[in-house]
Amino acid sequence: MAEPVLERVADAPKTARRVGFADVEAGDSIPSLVVPPVSRLQLALFAGAAADPNPIHVDDEAARAGGLPGVIVHGMLTMALLGRALTQWVPQRQLRTFSARFVAMAFPGDTITASGRITAKSVCDGENRVDVELFAVNQRGERLLQGVATVALP
Amino acid sequence: MQNLVGREYPPFCVAVERRWIRTFADAIGDDDPLYRDRQVAAAAGYADVPAPPTFGFSVAMEAAQPLLVLADLGVDKTRTMHGEQSFAYERPIVAGDVLTGTQKVVDMYDRKGGALTFVVTQTTLANQREERVCDLRTVIVIRNG
Repeated sequence: MAEPVLERVADAPKTARRVGFADVEAGDSIPSLVVPPVSRLQLALFAGAAADPNPIHVDDEAARAGGLPGVIVHGMLTMALLGRALTQWVPQRQLRTFSARFVAMAFPGDTITASGRITAKSVCDGENRVDVELFAVNQRGERLLQGVATVALP
Repeated sequence: MQNLVGREYPPFCVAVERRWIRTFADAIGDDDPLYRDRQVAAAAGYADVPAPPTFGFSVAMEAAQPLLVLADLGVDKTRTMHGEQSFAYERPIVAGDVLTGTQKVVDMYDRKGGALTFVVTQTTLANQREERVCDLRTVIVIRNG
């Protein structure tokens, strides 16, 4: 397991770190991203920044009218946290594909953790690539989102 | 529900400004100067500050693309959920880009005995130099009844 190596490079400044293809093996974890609990303010800011006018993320009444218990976190905000887990690990321009399936709702006050694990190494289009399985969980360990990314490594 | 598979929407155009990228990075809690400082971006090889990886979906949202589909189906957006989202990256989106996109409906299917309808769309984004930037695949879930 190359996990200690990954942890060490994650502590380096973002522009200085460099994870190489030879440094990683299938089964290795990428450094997790732990963020403060999602606030209603963050949902309002994200609604504006992400151009998402759906009231179910900011208005409890509208959310309940839509059959929800109250406002829910934007799936794309949770996916953006998975994106942060990737870009704190490798430079963003090494991302080739990034997908996510939203499996459970998150609510204001939830603490989301984004994690990933390398599942395969390959050579594709003349470059070294790894597949990374990604997941976001809440404070109870319930899976909110499952994803996969393909990342090129030097 | 009407079958929209094959429907293609007129091209849309969205300008990406530095301020939008910064407010997006703020909203996702990412304080990386790469998304705010042109010099940091230049040092990393970008023409201007790049947008974070999931920003492309907000470009489609800015052009109200997912809402067009819901309007055509006569569905209220409060009864919808984002089911899946994929990105295939070709080039970074950077501040100053004027992106052109096209969206088409590629699949529709029901689940749970018709309680849910899934609508799958594909959107391609290209920049002002007609270079492919990224492709998006979006699954919207509609809660019926």
